[in-house]
Amino acid sequence: MRHTILVLVENKFGVLARVAGLFSARGYNIDSLTVGETEDPMVSRMTIVVKGDDRVLDQVKKQLNKLIDIITVRDLKNDDHIDRELMLFKVGFNQKNKAQLANSIKKSGGLILHTSPKSFLVQMVGPYGKIEALLKNMSEYGIKDLTRTGRVAITKD
Amino acid sequence: MDFKVCEIGDFGKYRSDIKMKLTGAQILIESLKKEGVEVIFGYPGGVLLPTFDVLYDAPINFVLVRHEQAAAHAADGYARATGKVGVCLATSGPGATNLVTGIATAYMDSIPMVAITGQVKTSLIGNDAFQEADVTGITRPITKHNYLVKNVEDLSLVIKEAFYVASTGRPGPVVIDLPVDVQFAETEFQYPSDISMRGYKPTYTGHQGQVKKAAKLIEKSKKPVIYAGGGIIISGASAQLREFAEKIQAPVVTTLLGLGGFPQTHELSLGMLGMHGTAYANYAVTESDLVIAVGSRFDDRVTGRLDAFAPDAKVIHIDIDPSSMSKNVAVDIPIVGDAKKILVELNKVVKKPDTAAWLKKMHAWKKDHPLYYSQEGSRIKPQYVVEQIYEATKGDAIICTEVGQNQMWAAQYYKYTEPRTFISSGGLGTMGYGFPAAIGAKLGCPEKTVFDIAGDGSIQMNIQELATAVENKISVKIAILNNSCLGMVRQWQELFYKKRYSYTKLPSLPDFVKVAEAYGAVGMRIKKKEDVLPAIEKAMSIDNVVVMDFVVEEEENVFPMVPAGEAINKMIVLDSLLA
Repeated sequence: MRHTILVLVENKFGVLARVAGLFSARGYNIDSLTVGETEDPMVSRMTIVVKGDDRVLDQVKKQLNKLIDIITVRDLKNDDHIDRELMLFKVGFNQKNKAQLANSIKKSGGLILHTSPKSFLVQMVGPYGKIEALLKNMSEYGIKDLTRTGRVAITKD
Repeated sequence: MDFKVCEIGDFGKYRSDIKMKLTGAQILIESLKKEGVEVIFGYPGGVLLPTFDVLYDAPINFVLVRHEQAAAHAADGYARATGKVGVCLATSGPGATNLVTGIATAYMDSIPMVAITGQVKTSLIGNDAFQEADVTGITRPITKHNYLVKNVEDLSLVIKEAFYVASTGRPGPVVIDLPVDVQFAETEFQYPSDISMRGYKPTYTGHQGQVKKAAKLIEKSKKPVIYAGGGIIISGASAQLREFAEKIQAPVVTTLLGLGGFPQTHELSLGMLGMHGTAYANYAVTESDLVIAVGSRFDDRVTGRLDAFAPDAKVIHIDIDPSSMSKNVAVDIPIVGDAKKILVELNKVVKKPDTAAWLKKMHAWKKDHPLYYSQEGSRIKPQYVVEQIYEATKGDAIICTEVGQNQMWAAQYYKYTEPRTFISSGGLGTMGYGFPAAIGAKLGCPEKTVFDIAGDGSIQMNIQELATAVENKISVKIAILNNSCLGMVRQWQELFYKKRYSYTKLPSLPDFVKVAEAYGAVGMRIKKKEDVLPAIEKAMSIDNVVVMDFVVEEEENVFPMVPAGEAINKMIVLDSLLA
C-alpha cells in the first residue's frame, strides 16, 4: 500500500542524505521524495511516498523520528490533505492526429507549453489519479520524454 | 569591546562577563573540560596539529593509542565501565576511517561516545585533498548523529549538543568533524548552559495507563519471565529490577549485554538466554505465558526462529527506543521510557501472581540441565580458566572479552553480580574489541582488577596496544584461551560443514610470552590445569600488564548452542553429541 508521509526537518547540511540513507540502509522503497523550504527558512518540508504494509510503515515513521534533524513525522490519511504533482513530457504527433491529440491533452487538464514540428511539450499539474489518467490517454501517441516531481502535500487544517 | 586571545588554562582567571576570543582548538578543549572529560583516547595527524598543540599542556589526560580503532574501543570501554561519555580523537582520512569499526561497535550497543575527527580545511573539502574522507557521509549510518563544523562560531554549541545527544535517550556515538581552519579561527567563547533541540526530545516517563495495564497482565500470569537487556545497565535500574523480580517472584533471564544487571547468584536468575544461553533460560522463555522485556530489543541471537519464540506468551516491552517496539516480535503492551523510572512506577502498583508451580519447574530445569563441560582430556579446558578467574577475583573484577568462543565462555562461566562488570561487543561482534576496551575500563575504574578474556585470533587484532597499556601503566590482565584456531567459526565448520576447517586453523601463532616481553609487559604460558589458578593469582599481584597464554583444548565447543534460525529450545548440548 502507498502512504504519503509529511516530514518537517531542520534545514541543515546533510539532512536529505540522512533521510535517503535511512531508506536505503533499512531496505524501504521510496516512490517519490520532494523537499523544499517552508515559510520558515530554518525548516524544510519533505513529502515522501512509500510503499509497504502497516508494519513497514510503522518502522519507517519510528526510524525517521529517531533522526535528530527531523522535527515531526505525519502519516497522511486519505481525506486530511491535498496533494499535487507536476509532470512535464513531450508527445509526438503527425498531421492526421495533431488536433485530436491537442484536444485530448486539453480535456485531461494538460497544458501545451511549446509546439515543435513533430511534438508538443506538455505540463500537467494535478493529483496522482489525474496524472495517471492523462498518461494512459497519451499511451497511444508515444511519449518521448517525461519527468515528474513526485507528490507534494499539505494538510487541510 | 576589547578582545584578548588567551592561553589555554587562563580562561578561568578572567571575569566571565568579559568575552574573550579563543581559537577553535582552544574552544574544543575548554568545552571538553566543561563537559567533565577526564581522558581522551587518540592519535595525532596533520590537520589536528592546532588541537594537539593545545593538548600539549592541557589538564586533560590524553592516551596515545597505537591504532585509531583502539582509541574508539578504549573510549567505548571507558563509557561502559563508568557510564560517562567516552571521547576519542583521530585525524582526517585514514585516522577517521580507522575509527569506524569502533564507532559502529558503540552504535550497535548504545554506548555514549563522542568521536572527534580532524578534517581538511573547509576550502578543500570535496577536492580529494590529501587525507580527505567524507567522514560525516561514512559515519552517518553508524552514529546517533554527526556534525561537520564549518564555522568556529558554531563549535561550542555543537560540542554541547554532541554530549547531550550521545548521553541521553538511547545513548550512542556522535561524530564531530572539525576542519583544520576552524581549529585556527578565533571567536568569543561562551559555553552554552542550556540546550533545546526541537527534533530531539527523548521520552523518559512511561505512560501511566500502560503501566497499569502491564501490572494487570502480570497479576494474571502464571508463568512470567523477565527478559532483561543492556538497558538495565544504561539506565542504572539493577536495584529496581531486583525489587521487581522479587516482588512478582518471576525468573530473570538476561541478554549478553544485560549480564550483571541482575545478580547471577540470585535464586531467580536463570542466566543468559539465546544462542549460547542456558538450557533453563531458553526453556523458561519458550514455555512462559508472559515475557516482560526490559531494556532489550529481541535481537536475532536472542530470539532464534521468531515464530517459535515464546509462542504462548503475551509480551510487555519496556524500552526507551520507540522503534524497538514490535520491530521483531509483536508486543501486547509497549511502554516507552526509561527502564528505571518505569520499574519504579510498576513496583508501586504491581501485585504478585501465583508463580509457585512455575518456580518449582525452574528449579527442576536448573538441576536437570546445568551448564556443563567435560573435564576429560589432558589439555586445560577454557571454561575452567574462566571459572578460575571468577574464583581468583571473587567475582569483583571487570571482565572484558573479545568475540567468539572466548566471549561466550566468559559469559557462561563467570557469575556477574554487579552492573558494568561485563564489557563485550554484543551487537556488532567486533574481534579486537576486548583489549582496548579493557584499557578504557581500567582508566575509568583504576581501583578495579580488569581482565580481557581473549582468543588467540582476537588478541592479534589489536595486540599493538600492549605499547599503550605498558607506557601508561594501565595494568590490565589478558587471559588468552589459546586453541590455535578461530574457535567459533571452527565450531560451526565442525557441526555444520563436515569438519572442513577452511582457514580457521592458526598454525603460525606468535609466541605470546615473547610478544608481551617485547612490549615490556609480563608474559606467562600455562599448560597444566593445576597451574591455572596460581598463574591468575600471580598475574593479579603483578603491577604491570600481564599476558597469560593458556594453552587449551583445541576442539572444545561452546554449548548449549541453538543452530542459526532454529527455535531456542532446540539446543545442541554436549550429551546429544556424545549420544
